Amino acid sequence: MANFAGFDMPISYPTGAVEEHLICRRSVGLFDIDHMGQVELSGPGADDFLSLLVSARVLDMLSGEARYSLLLDDNGLVLDDLFVYKLPNSWWIVVNASNRESDLAWMRSRAPKGVRIDDRSEAAYMIAVQGPRAIELLDAVSGGAASSLRRFGSGKMLIGGTDVLFGRTGYTGEDGGELFFPADRALDLWELLLAEGGKRGIETAPIGLAARDSLRFEAGMPLHGHEISRSINPIEAGFKWACDFAKDFVGKEALQSIVAAGPSRRLVGLDVALGVPREGCEVFAPMDAASDGKAVGRCVAGMFCPTVEKFAANAFVAPGFSKIGTALAVSIRDKPREAVVVKRPLYVPAYRR
Amino acid sequence: MKIDPNCRYRSSHEYARKDGSEVVVGISDHAQEALGDIVFVELAEVGKVLAQGEAIGVVESVKAASDIYAPLSGKITAVNAGLQGNPALLNKDCYGAGWLLRIAPSAAAEWEGLMDAAAYEKECGKE
Repeated sequence: MANFAGFDMPISYPTGAVEEHLICRRSVGLFDIDHMGQVELSGPGADDFLSLLVSARVLDMLSGEARYSLLLDDNGLVLDDLFVYKLPNSWWIVVNASNRESDLAWMRSRAPKGVRIDDRSEAAYMIAVQGPRAIELLDAVSGGAASSLRRFGSGKMLIGGTDVLFGRTGYTGEDGGELFFPADRALDLWELLLAEGGKRGIETAPIGLAARDSLRFEAGMPLHGHEISRSINPIEAGFKWACDFAKDFVGKEALQSIVAAGPSRRLVGLDVALGVPREGCEVFAPMDAASDGKAVGRCVAGMFCPTVEKFAANAFVAPGFSKIGTALAVSIRDKPREAVVVKRPLYVPAYRR
Repeated sequence: MKIDPNCRYRSSHEYARKDGSEVVVGISDHAQEALGDIVFVELAEVGKVLAQGEAIGVVESVKAASDIYAPLSGKITAVNAGLQGNPALLNKDCYGAGWLLRIAPSAAAEWEGLMDAAAYEKECGKE
């Protein structure tokens, strides 16, 4: 167990991090992610306010759609990444646990009069059900409601007598979804899902934080504080696609300057030959005489990837070293280890296949 | 937590077990459990002459890296090739198939200085 954003959470269950990762990719993983925050936005002006606040286009979203976006400050730096759900009468925004308080303060400081900002984090429980058999399992307990939604769609369903808001999204690269429901129903729903999996021969297991990290890492998804952060902009991190430059949004001008000048560093994926790269490991370019033995970058995340069976890292490097195929070295525990820049993601998410 | 009664132990959680004229070296069950899923092992080469306490390699798990130290002085006579591509062996069977290396010990007196199973168990209990 470890303290994650003020919550006592399992790094892994007795199953172990590697097997938990593999179970999610071959069947179904259950994630207790109640630590995450949920904010509901409503009232007159809410639509335009949201559109200004987040980087992605949202005004074209239909009721039931869910979309990934960034929350930027005036300098174009990433305050958080989040998922926006358009509900019939409000916007449901899912934020990182570690940024919940600061996100709320930011929203409240920028909201025009009349816009309602409600913190639903305590009242709503959140779990994720992810894996190639996740929809099958969810269909079994929801009377087929899960498969009726397309990817990035959301809707209400009844599971074990509980009203659930379900979004067909996730943080693993597998199919499945995230469930929101009244907090007092959490244990019953969790146990219902495990029991149903057992009954139907659908391998279903709880997944801890370590596997959650390796799953999202393989699938090319960022973790705030690592690939994106308050000192990182979306351009250098490769998230220009999450920004709608056709509309006005906080940070837009700053990003336009960065695009024009070119980013000063770039996020790359590194395949390391041997050894486990980790956050903080420096990156060198031994083939490049001009760098003169000085670091050309630094890892923001690194690990063994159980599905692609590689040691890999995400690192910010100086622009000249970001081309796929570039031979570099990562310093791991004072030893230089051969590495090469590779295409991300290492594992293509289900929704892109 | 499993403790092999035939082994002697170092406070850094390596074990040594006599096998003929040689000694088999590995990490204890306490160590592998504390580390979690092991994903990488790198060891010194056959032929290397070691002093007791010298670093002989590293074991890396999902969450941590741990240096391995020679429990006895001697020369490495074999390294477990079965660990390459299957580091999980260390988690599954640390005293058996997950052995790390074999050495020909050079200082017989060092053996008595290592903790026996009972003493090691007590040490682990204190942690």
